Amino acid sequence: MENNSPKVEPGKIPFWRDVRVLRVLFQGIFLLGVILLLAILYRNMLEGLRGLGLTLNLNFFQDEAGFGISEGITYDPSDTYLKAFWVGVLNTLKVSIIGIVCATFIGLFFGIARLSSNWLIRTIAAAYVECFRNVPLLLQIVFWYTAVVAQLPNVRESLSLFGGAFINNRGVYLPSPEPTSSLKIWLWFLGAGLLLAVFLYVLRWRQLQRLDRPGFRAKWALPAFLIVALCGWFLTPGRPFTLDLPALQGFNYQGGMSFSPEFSALLVGLSIYTSAFIAEVVRSGIQSVVKGQREAARSVGLKEGQTLRLVVLPQAVPIIVPPLTSQYLNLAKNSSLAVAIGFPDLLGIGRTMMLQTGQSIPVFAIIMVSYLVMSLTTSAAMNWYNRRITRIGR
Amino acid sequence: MEEQELTQEIKPPANTKGAARWLKDNLFNTWYNTLLTCLALVLLFFAFKGFLTWAFTEAEWDVIPANFRLFMVGSYPQEQIWRVWNAIYILSVLMGLSAGLWGGLVRRFAVVLSGVWSISALLPVELSTRGWCLGANAMIAVSFFLGRGRTGLRPWILGGWILSFPVIMVVLRGFGENGVLTSNWGGLLLTLILAVIGIVVSFPLGVFLALCRQSNLPAIRWVSTTYIETVRGVPLITILFMGNTLIPIFMPGFDINQVLRMMIGITFFSGAYMAENVRGGLQGIPRGQHEAAQAVGLNYVQTTLFIVLPQALRSVIPAIVGQFIALFKDTSLVSIIGLIDLLGVAKSVIANPDWLGLQAEVYLFAAAIYFAFCYAMSYASQDIETDLGVGKH
Amino acid sequence: MAAQENALNDPIIMCKDVHKWFDDFHVLKGITTSFQTGERAVICGPSGSGKSTFIRTLNRLEEHQRGTIIIDGVELTDDLRNINLIRQEVGMVFQQFNLFPHLTNLENITLGPIRVRKLTKSEAEEVALSLLERVDIADQAYKYPAEISGGQQQRVAIARALAMEPKIMLFDEPTSALDPEMISEVLDVMRELAHSGMTMLVVTHEMGFAREVADRVLFFDEGLIVEEAPPADFFDNPQHERTKLFISQTLQH
Ligand SMILES: Nc1ncnc2c1ncn2[C@@H]1O[C@H](COP(=O)(O)OP(=O)(O)OP(=O)(O)O)[C@@H](O)[C@H]1O
Ligand SMILES: [Mg+2]
Repeated sequence: MENNSPKVEPGKIPFWRDVRVLRVLFQGIFLLGVILLLAILYRNMLEGLRGLGLTLNLNFFQDEAGFGISEGITYDPSDTYLKAFWVGVLNTLKVSIIGIVCATFIGLFFGIARLSSNWLIRTIAAAYVECFRNVPLLLQIVFWYTAVVAQLPNVRESLSLFGGAFINNRGVYLPSPEPTSSLKIWLWFLGAGLLLAVFLYVLRWRQLQRLDRPGFRAKWALPAFLIVALCGWFLTPGRPFTLDLPALQGFNYQGGMSFSPEFSALLVGLSIYTSAFIAEVVRSGIQSVVKGQREAARSVGLKEGQTLRLVVLPQAVPIIVPPLTSQYLNLAKNSSLAVAIGFPDLLGIGRTMMLQTGQSIPVFAIIMVSYLVMSLTTSAAMNWYNRRITRIGR
Repeated sequence: MEEQELTQEIKPPANTKGAARWLKDNLFNTWYNTLLTCLALVLLFFAFKGFLTWAFTEAEWDVIPANFRLFMVGSYPQEQIWRVWNAIYILSVLMGLSAGLWGGLVRRFAVVLSGVWSISALLPVELSTRGWCLGANAMIAVSFFLGRGRTGLRPWILGGWILSFPVIMVVLRGFGENGVLTSNWGGLLLTLILAVIGIVVSFPLGVFLALCRQSNLPAIRWVSTTYIETVRGVPLITILFMGNTLIPIFMPGFDINQVLRMMIGITFFSGAYMAENVRGGLQGIPRGQHEAAQAVGLNYVQTTLFIVLPQALRSVIPAIVGQFIALFKDTSLVSIIGLIDLLGVAKSVIANPDWLGLQAEVYLFAAAIYFAFCYAMSYASQDIETDLGVGKH
Repeated sequence: MAAQENALNDPIIMCKDVHKWFDDFHVLKGITTSFQTGERAVICGPSGSGKSTFIRTLNRLEEHQRGTIIIDGVELTDDLRNINLIRQEVGMVFQQFNLFPHLTNLENITLGPIRVRKLTKSEAEEVALSLLERVDIADQAYKYPAEISGGQQQRVAIARALAMEPKIMLFDEPTSALDPEMISEVLDVMRELAHSGMTMLVVTHEMGFAREVADRVLFFDEGLIVEEAPPADFFDNPQHERTKLFISQTLQH
C-alpha cells in the first residue's frame, strides 16, 4: 500500500511545466538578465573610459593629495588622497552628529509644544513645522549661508554674547573648556564617587527587592555621585578646567571653539529642517498613544506624572523611535548638501579628488560605500531594536 | 425621545460660549499658560515688527517683478512661450473634464486652479499674459460643463491623462532647431517637469521593484532589495553627480544632455522610494486575497493585475503624494549641478550685478513658491485620504 | 487493492499517505482516504488538527510533501498543467469569504470565468446572474462586498466558486465568521448544493448540518483521520475515545 502509490517521478513532468524547475529557471533567467545588463554597462564603461583617455586605477588613493582642506582634523596637502577623504568622512560625521543632537532637542520642543493646551503655543509650533518642512532644505541652507551668515558684521564689529562668545561673518566663536593639570586629581574623586554609587545602587536594589516594591534604583547612587563630584570640584587645588575664551588677535578671534560660516549655516539648516520633521514624529507618536490610554490610566488612579512616565512614554517611545531614526539618517544624508556652500564633507572632498585625478568611478564607489555603511549600520541597529521592542506588542 | 428633544432646546449656560470664554479656556486657563501666552505674544510682536519693518522699508522687492518670467520659465524663449500655454491648456481641459466627470475633490481642485488664473490675470502683467490666463480659465469652465454627467467618458479621460504626459513633453520641446532645447527649460517650469517625471516614470519602476521584493523567488528578491536599499542609503545629490559624470561614460555614443541626465538620476532615485511605498500597499493585502484568486484559477500575472495591484495602489496614493512633495523639494538639488530650476534662477538673479545684495528678498520669494505648492499638496493629500476612504473597501 | 478501488464508482479524490510539514511541525501525518463523485463529506475535529491544511492541499494552496493526491484522475504534482486543471475543477469557499473588495459582487463572480475559462463578458455575466439568483441575492449584483452582510458575502463567495463549474467544492468553516442569524441562510444554499449532486468536502462545526446532509463524517485529530463513518454511526455510536470526547463536548454547546 505504501510503496505502490502511483507517484509520478519528477523526471516525467516536462520541465516547462514543472513548478520546481520553473522556479529555478525563472530566477536563472532573471539573474542572467541582470548580469547581462551589468556586463553591457561594464563594456560601455571601458569603452567610455578609453574615449576619455582614462584607465581605471586604484593606486591614486596613496598619492599625494596636494589640495588644502579648510577645516577638519589636522591634515596637510602633502598627505594622501585617502587621508583627505578621511577628513571629509569625519567632517560629515561631525556635522551629522551635532545636527542630530540639535534637531532632536528643537524637534522635541516643538513636538510637545504642538500638543500644548495653549492655543497660541500650539499654533506657533504648527506654523514653525509647516514653514520649515515645506521649503527645500537646499534653499534653506543657501539662505542661511548667503542671506544670514554672510551678512553678519565683520570681525571688528562682531556680535558678542556675554563677552565670551562672538559671532561674525567669519564664523562663530565659543569658549571651550581646557583641561588643566589638576584634572587628574578630580578624576580620582570621580572614580571614588563612581565606586560609592555602584555600592549604593546595589544596596538600594536589595532594599527594593526586600520591600517588594517598584522604585527608582539610583535614588541613593545618583545624589551621592553628584555630591562627591561637586565636593571634588571645589577641593581640587586649582580648577580641573579653565575656560578658554576666544580673543581678538590680529584679523580674527583665536582660542576657544570656532565654527566656520559654512559649518554654521549647514548645521543651522540641517537642524531646523530636520527638527520640523522630528516635531511631527514626536507629536503623532504621543498623540497615537494618548487618546484612549490616558483615560484608562487615570481610571486606574495614576496621577498625571505617573501616567506620562508609566503609560504614555513606554508606548510612545517604540512608536517614535523608528521614524526618528529614519529622520536621523535623512539628516546624515542631507549633510551632503554641504557641497552647495563649500563645506568640505566627504562628498565635497570626493568631488575635488575626482576633478584632480579624473578617477570618478572609484571615487564614487568609495563615496557610496561610506554612505551605505552609515545607513546600513544605523538601520541594522534599528531593526535589532525594533525586534526587541515589538515583542512586547502594541 | 421627547425628553431628549426638550433637553436639547435648553440653551447652554451663557459663559460656555463667546470669545472671552474661549480666550480663558485656550490661553489663560492656568498660571503657566498665562505666562506662556504673554511670553509668546512679546516674542511674536518683536518678530513681526522686525520682519514687517524690513519687508516694507528696507527690502527691495522690485527684483521679483523684474525677473518674474525667469522665475517661472527660466530662459524659455519669449516667442515660444505659447508652447507653455498650450501645455497648460491641455491640462486645463483635462482638469475641467475630470472635474465635471468626477466632482468632489477634483472639482475643488479645478476651482482653486481657476481661482489662481483669475488672480494672475488681475496682477500687473503683460496684456498677452492676461489673455492667456483668462483663456485657461475659459478652458476649465467650458470643459467642466462639457464633461458633466458623461460617465461614459471616464476611461477616455484617464487615458487622456496618461497620454497628456508625453504629449506635453513634445509640445514643450517642439521639434529640432525650431523647438526649444531642454537646456532652455528653467524656473518653476523645470522644477515641475522634473518632479512630475520623477513620479510618473518612476512609478512603473517602483511597482516592478516592489513586486520583485515581495516575490517568493529569492534571487529576484535579493536583486531588488539590493537596488532599493543601495539607492535609499545614498543621498540624492550623489546620485545626481553620478548621473552627470557617469552616464556619458557608461553610455558613450549617446548624446545625453544635462536635463535628461538629471531626469534619469531622479527617476532611478525616486523609483527606490516608490518601490517602498508600493510595497507598503502590497503588504497590506491579506493573504486570503491571493488564496481566493488562486482558488478561482488565476495565475500569478492575473492575480497581480486584477487583484493585488488595484487594491495596493489605491491604498498608497497618499504615500505617493507625500513622495511627490518630497521630490518637488528635492529637485532643487539640480541647481547644484548647474540647471536653472526655480532655485537656480534665484541663485543666478542674486549673482546678477544689477540685483546685488538682495539674497533675502529673492530666496524668500522662491521659498514662498515652494511653500505654496508643498503646502497645497499636503493639504490636498489629506482630502484625498478621506475621499478614498483609505482603510475602507 | 487497486482493482478494488477501480471497481467502486471511481473515486473523484484519492489521497494516499499525505504528509505535510510546516518547517519541523508535522501537521498531516499520513492521510489516506478517498471521496466518491457526488459524496458529501463533513470533516470535523479539534482546532489545530490539520483540517484546513488538509483541504487546502486538495487545490494546492498548500503543498503536500509526501504521498499522493489524485483528483479526477489527475495527480497533484509540481506539474503546472495539473495544478491548473485541478484548480479549475475544485472550488473553494473560505471562512473569511475573501471576496475581492474592489470589485462588485458580479465582477467577483465573472472574473474567473472571463480570465480563466475565457468566456465572453456577456456569457459570464449571464452565468453569474443566474448563480446569484440561485444563492438568492440577485438584487445585490452591482453592490460592493463591503455593502452587504456577511451571510450575503459568503453566498457571493459560493457563487464565485460555482461560476468556475467545479466538480468538487471545498468549504473551510464557511459559517464560523458569521453571526448566528446568518448561518442558516448559508447552510440553506449549501444544502441545496448538496441535493444537486455536487461533491462536497465541508470542514464545519455545524453538527446538525453534518447529520442531515453528510454521507460520511471524518474526524481529524493531530494530523490523522481518527474515525470516519456515516453520520448516524458517527454521532450515535462513536468508536474512539477521542471521538466520543469531541462529540460530547461539541454537542454540549
Ligand atoms: N502557514 C503556516 N505556518 C506554520 N504553521 C501553520 C501554518 N498554517 C497552519 N499551521 C499550523 O498547523 C496546524 C494545523 O492548522 P490547521 O489550520 O490545519 O488547523 P485546523 O484543524 O483547521 O484548526 P481550526 O479549527 O482552528 O481551523 C496548527 O497548529 C497551525 O498552527
Ligand atoms: Mg481551520
